[in-house]
Amino acid sequence: MNSAGERLYNGIIKENPTFVMMLGMCPTLAVTTSAMNGLGMGLTTMVILAMSNLIISMLRKVIPDDVRVPAFIVIVASFVTIVQFLLQAYIPTLNDSLGLYIPLIVVNCIILGRAEAYASKNPMIPSLFDGIGMGLGFTVGLTSIGLVRELVGAGKIFGVAVLPASYEPVSIFVMAPGAFFVLALLTGVQNKVKLNLANKGKDVSKIQSGCNADCASCGAKCGNAKE
Amino acid sequence: MGDLRKVSSSPHIRDKVTSANIMRDVVIALLPASLFGVYHFGMKALLLILITIATCVATEYIYEKLMHKPITVGDYSAVVTGLLLSLNLPVGATWWMAVLGGIFAILIVKQLFGGLGQNFMNPALGARCFLLISFAGRMTNFAYDTFTGATPLAVLREGGTVDTLQMVIGNTAGTIGETSVIAILIGAAYMLYRGVINIRIPGTYLVTFLVFILLFGGHGLDGSYLLAQLAGGGLMLGAWFMATDYVTSPITTTGQIVYGVVLGVLTGIFRCFGASAEGVSYAIIFSNLLVPLIEKYTVPMAFGLVKEKGDKK
Repeated sequence: MNSAGERLYNGIIKENPTFVMMLGMCPTLAVTTSAMNGLGMGLTTMVILAMSNLIISMLRKVIPDDVRVPAFIVIVASFVTIVQFLLQAYIPTLNDSLGLYIPLIVVNCIILGRAEAYASKNPMIPSLFDGIGMGLGFTVGLTSIGLVRELVGAGKIFGVAVLPASYEPVSIFVMAPGAFFVLALLTGVQNKVKLNLANKGKDVSKIQSGCNADCASCGAKCGNAKE
Repeated sequence: MGDLRKVSSSPHIRDKVTSANIMRDVVIALLPASLFGVYHFGMKALLLILITIATCVATEYIYEKLMHKPITVGDYSAVVTGLLLSLNLPVGATWWMAVLGGIFAILIVKQLFGGLGQNFMNPALGARCFLLISFAGRMTNFAYDTFTGATPLAVLREGGTVDTLQMVIGNTAGTIGETSVIAILIGAAYMLYRGVINIRIPGTYLVTFLVFILLFGGHGLDGSYLLAQLAGGGLMLGAWFMATDYVTSPITTTGQIVYGVVLGVLTGIFRCFGASAEGVSYAIIFSNLLVPLIEKYTVPMAFGLVKEKGDKK
């Protein structure tokens, strides 16, 4: 259950933070104007997420329950500060393009959510891999959104022009409305793929996140329901 | 006793009016403006109109076919959307802009939200704003044959003077369907006569806008300036044909008046203080979003009920 591989799979596919849990929407919508930005933001978040999960899990028996959230914040903020200094020193271009959204990782709800829901209750190694898995899932989400937005909105992929010069970029896709279009469409596609697999009678418990709710009274077609 | 009562669910009053009837009337009402646009801007305009309508109808058909939904192409609503969208394009728009706009209007704004009756925003205007944001240069370039391309509103904004008579006739630069006030008013009169639209929304919209311009336009009680603001840009087309869209306007009487006032104020704000000379389309789609809220607070009292407060005696 708590094996490293299972944690990675859970983060990337089953409970993908972007497309399934809909967490961390602020950076998702704001920085995905290009695939490079999405990848950079995703990896930055992953490093912080993995490290903070590790430390929080390590300290989970020391942190009093009453003040756990401030304690989590202090740990996360420390890592954010370290990572920001590293980015400023070694990848200044990425630091400039992400700007304000790096310090904002402190209050990213994926990180606090994993700290609260997983790291504060589980041992160190699974927590570390949970952080890496969730971070990779976030990276996949952000990069794919950035990829589509950059391709349609600027005709490029990772800054390289791939569409012919006669292609006129639909610039709304690199602006705020485009973020919503692409996020919604990709989430829809993702749901459709999972639903199709479920309809074909495949074992979906591996790809479908469980809600632990009463299936009989739930109207959603989640594939878990036994009809 | 039980045999005497026939119980059926509402609606109890039926009418021969259908969506298709109403939409056909709207198409007829749009004909004068469309014909004037073709006459004024040439065959390129006709081509754009046809491409946009064809794209809208085809998108609706293909989507509903793929999704195994009932085919609703026959209700003319896609035709109206296509026609309105094309009337909102400058004649310099390219064919692929018309296609892209048509697909966006029907697929994203209308069908993904559940089809006719479920769209939260006027599809034609949603697509126009999509194109306007994406291709700002092409969408605001009104140059053609003999005109330099500056719309009367842009001229007014720069402090120049405009020929209001030509604006009323429609002999100016602008999008395909918005230039001629006379042609639009003929269509509006037809819709009012047929009972397709009600004067409330356009009436309050135009009056509010006029008052706003009078107060904040910076020209005071200058008749020709006020008339130019009324006749210029997409205001007439928007007020009569797009603000009155059934799906995206309030159904309550009070709500329609509130909606008209909101439209007038927003258009005034966008035109007087905004970055661009025109603001009708943004004003309308923004007000579309407020419609559920307006309806929520203007639900009329059911017959036979009295207000809770106020009957203390």
